[in-house]
Amino acid sequence: MTDEVILRVKDLRTYFKTDEGLVKAVDGVSLELRKGEILGIVGESGSGKSVTNLSIINMIPSPPGEIAGGEVLFRGRDLLKMGAKDIRNVRGNKISMIFQDPMTSLNPFLRISTQMMETIILHQGLGKKAAKEKAIEMLKLAGIPAPEKRIDQYPHQFSGGMRQRVMIAMGLACNPEVLIADEPTSALDVTIQAQILELVEELTARLGTAVILITHSLGVVAGMCDTLCVMYAGRIVERGTTDDIFAEPRHPYTQGLIRSVPRLDVAAADRLPSIKGQPPNVIDLPECCPFYPRCESAMEICKRSYPDSADFGSGHRVSCWLYAKERA
Amino acid sequence: MSDTEALLDVRGLKMHFPFGGGLLGGRRGKIYAVDGVDFSIMKGETLGIVGESGCGKSTTARAVAQLYKPTAGEVLLNGKDLTKLSPARLIEARRGMQMVFQDPYASLNPRMTAGDIIAEPMRIYRRRGILRMSRREIDERIEMLMERVGLSRFFKNRYPHEFSGGQRQRIGIARALALRPELILCDEPVSALDVSIQAQILNLFKDLQAEFGLTYLFIAHDLAVIQYISMRVAVMYLGVIVEISRAADLYREPLHPYTQALLSAAPIPDPEIERRRQRIILTGDVPSPDRARTGCYFYDRCWKRMDKCASSVPRLKETKDGHQVACFLYNDPD
Repeated sequence: MTDEVILRVKDLRTYFKTDEGLVKAVDGVSLELRKGEILGIVGESGSGKSVTNLSIINMIPSPPGEIAGGEVLFRGRDLLKMGAKDIRNVRGNKISMIFQDPMTSLNPFLRISTQMMETIILHQGLGKKAAKEKAIEMLKLAGIPAPEKRIDQYPHQFSGGMRQRVMIAMGLACNPEVLIADEPTSALDVTIQAQILELVEELTARLGTAVILITHSLGVVAGMCDTLCVMYAGRIVERGTTDDIFAEPRHPYTQGLIRSVPRLDVAAADRLPSIKGQPPNVIDLPECCPFYPRCESAMEICKRSYPDSADFGSGHRVSCWLYAKERA
Repeated sequence: MSDTEALLDVRGLKMHFPFGGGLLGGRRGKIYAVDGVDFSIMKGETLGIVGESGCGKSTTARAVAQLYKPTAGEVLLNGKDLTKLSPARLIEARRGMQMVFQDPYASLNPRMTAGDIIAEPMRIYRRRGILRMSRREIDERIEMLMERVGLSRFFKNRYPHEFSGGQRQRIGIARALALRPELILCDEPVSALDVSIQAQILNLFKDLQAEFGLTYLFIAHDLAVIQYISMRVAVMYLGVIVEISRAADLYREPLHPYTQALLSAAPIPDPEIERRRQRIILTGDVPSPDRARTGCYFYDRCWKRMDKCASSVPRLKETKDGHQVACFLYNDPD
């Protein structure tokens, strides 16, 4: 990890208009990604982690969605202001994505070769033969045995873990600067998950790719990520290095989240500490801390307005009224 | 442990599914989903079954519930073999055994209100004359159950889509409790839930067990969840149990190479521990269970395999004090 920031998101807001009201899926998210960094975004379903990443590459379906504000600066250029043609040169090339379910992101009717070569020919301007060689080389890097044979097969001929390896090979084929991995192992078994995470870590380190890893699993981020953003109801409530956050989580939500995961290395306790209540309904959310109905430290002010983030040093920032005053 | 205390006793359970042939032709064969499983569950106990997708853990639960007709084996509930009962007798016996499913979206009828969903088992058994309850008693029980699982009784006229995932799972649990069963088969009941909600539901299962003296067969792929909820744990691979023991022993000293790999692969939410951990990374995928095995089921992926593992199947044998493992590292072929 270096100090060179390659991606900077500033005050990103993505809203969806629905019949029930305005859904502020992402509401003022800012983050920075450095070269070679692995940044984790954790949060529960509906917290806005996937929408954040779709917004970064400007792929929000509109309508109903709309990027209502903010900037996404990639190497100094705002991706949100780019024309369709320019952004297509970035997507899949400089910034690529892998998704949770490799079966739905691969076209079942096309051979792996067709799907991989398309990207390579388009972005790298290689001829067919050279593109196929490059594709085979990437499959080999991704640990697929006999890639020269496998490349002519169809997605259904691969197992779940193997398909995810194909996705990783495709994602990294154009040597992107940023790889966005949205729950890449959530559909996989633990023993396969361990293989895939190791592969992502090793390959991106070798190619110098920065990674944004979206996951709901605290175990996965603990093992892989340099830095961490914890999202709740469309906002980042806590950020910092993974070590700092796990050593001393500050936000009541982060604390609750870490405590409520049963741990393999700790003998079973009698009761798991849990966070009370239900996940928030993000429709027409008032300007308050969205966590206050579930928060054990909730105060009067939490119901009235949203706190600024407090700085705990070395990038550890927390948005909570417990700290806002003393460190404003 | 003597047989008399066991609430559920499963012996030699096999569940094979034929495929191929027929109109479409194709290769005929069998999926050996569950291939000879033995276990028993004591009254008031929680047995966890853990394993990866396709290992047969859900099929085991469904075969125990007689949702499938097992290919072979016995399922004794309170000493009565469910596989041999007539349909009418089976319905009577099944009153003591209910299920909670993984997907709280798919397992609740979207056209029924929460109250009707919870009442349905009682109404069915009442109609058949097995359960003597008046309409009013059923109504009261719905409200009692809803409050007990943490739902307001004022929600009883709401439909499933008006509830969150965690609340829906509470409805599913209330439905399972309606007939006062002794045994609840829980098939991945917390896998679809968010972390903060998962803890709530796990605690609810524990509270209900303490209050009603329930017995659980609890299936999950998450090893930490299984550790938290279970008193004993069975590890399944490719349709067989490879290791079974008291939970504390299994996690402290896993014996089977597969259990060891599984435990080492599961992430721990602590960056410092993660840095120090040595992982056993298994190569390859789980093989397809479409052929009968002549050797150890784990042979293809085992990093400790020996010649004898290819030619004979290891059986579950006790190593010490209730810890059983099916591996030739610990006992020789017969």
